[in-house]
Amino acid sequence: MSAFRDAEHLFRFAGLFVVALLVFLLIRGYVVPRSFGQYGHYRGAAIGEIAARPIHFAGHQACETCHTDQAEAKRSGKHAHVNCEACHGALARHADDPVSVVPVKPSTAVLCMRCHAASAAKPKGFPQIAADHSGGVACETCHQPHNPAIGAGGAK
Amino acid sequence: MNLSRRHILILLPAAAVAWKSLLAGTPQAAPNYTMSQHWWSMLIDIPKCIGCGNCVRACQAENDVPDGNFRTWVERYHVTDENMASPEVISPDGGKEGFPPAQEDAGKYFYVPKLCNHCADSPCTQVCPVGATFVTPDGVVLVDQTYCLGCAYCVQACPYGCRYIHPQKKVADKCTLCYHRITKGLTTACCEACPTGARQLADLKNPSDPIHEFLKTHSVQVLKPQMATGAKVYYNDLDGSVR
Repeated sequence: MSAFRDAEHLFRFAGLFVVALLVFLLIRGYVVPRSFGQYGHYRGAAIGEIAARPIHFAGHQACETCHTDQAEAKRSGKHAHVNCEACHGALARHADDPVSVVPVKPSTAVLCMRCHAASAAKPKGFPQIAADHSGGVACETCHQPHNPAIGAGGAK
Repeated sequence: MNLSRRHILILLPAAAVAWKSLLAGTPQAAPNYTMSQHWWSMLIDIPKCIGCGNCVRACQAENDVPDGNFRTWVERYHVTDENMASPEVISPDGGKEGFPPAQEDAGKYFYVPKLCNHCADSPCTQVCPVGATFVTPDGVVLVDQTYCLGCAYCVQACPYGCRYIHPQKKVADKCTLCYHRITKGLTTACCEACPTGARQLADLKNPSDPIHEFLKTHSVQVLKPQMATGAKVYYNDLDGSVR
């Protein structure tokens, strides 16, 4: 004991250090989320939370399960690769509840020109329509949007 | 209870397996989705883009992006003999309502849709002081908005300008590559709405994904390759003047 006679204050200090460490670990265990570090230096549960956000676009597979006639009309035409919601807008709510959520039919006057208005900036091979093309007649009078070739898909 | 040495030797590995699964935590929100089996990227086919702005509108509708901020946007380049070094670039309201018609004159025009490049070695995640932004095991750069302080270091660090501070939430916000959709087997909102197929979601870990054939047979670039960010948004036929 005589060798440690003057070292007593060091033991007291070491005890204090151990207590401080325990308090630190306790607070850390309480504050750091459980999933932190699960995959890396971040909260692993955040991935699941982001994945659980609601969708707004149903996806064309969902549309085609009911609207088989429109899918069929589209399949053979120039718009075969244009997905339903590219024109009709986000309709996941309609897909979830087709009866009470009724989509609004989009106006072809706005819709067609968004893509087909003539511009020198567009790729040369893309079909482009000058403003005076129809002379004021609505697009769908001649071109049925699901299959735009004249005479196809039920248009006159 | 009297356990023999034989029983303990059998039980020990079982206990280890149970403990390991306990540590792994709660399973994913999407039941049939395994993160380690995917490595997401996007392919952008510049010659197909017509600048209609469908992707920008779709992104805003799907992700409630505030007006004036963009998770994806479209730029129109006009390169002439005179301005090769600094071409004219316009993006009115991110291209959301399309572009003004261009007059027929010298030079070439093309559209460049932009979004988060979901870099494998992303500068933005490296600077986050609190671990609020990260690359997921399936290669998507996300923001944990409950953890973000809104310090905007990541906004400054992104060399592509893909991040912004959400004006209401006051935290960093960015493209999630529609993580809530791709984990359910859907494509992103921008790809769903693109009428020409200029944008395509691709899974580099899926051997039957058409991207592998495309990368082999086309002249494909990423943006700012000199920064070695490991960008995963691949541009087909990208002009050298694009910055």
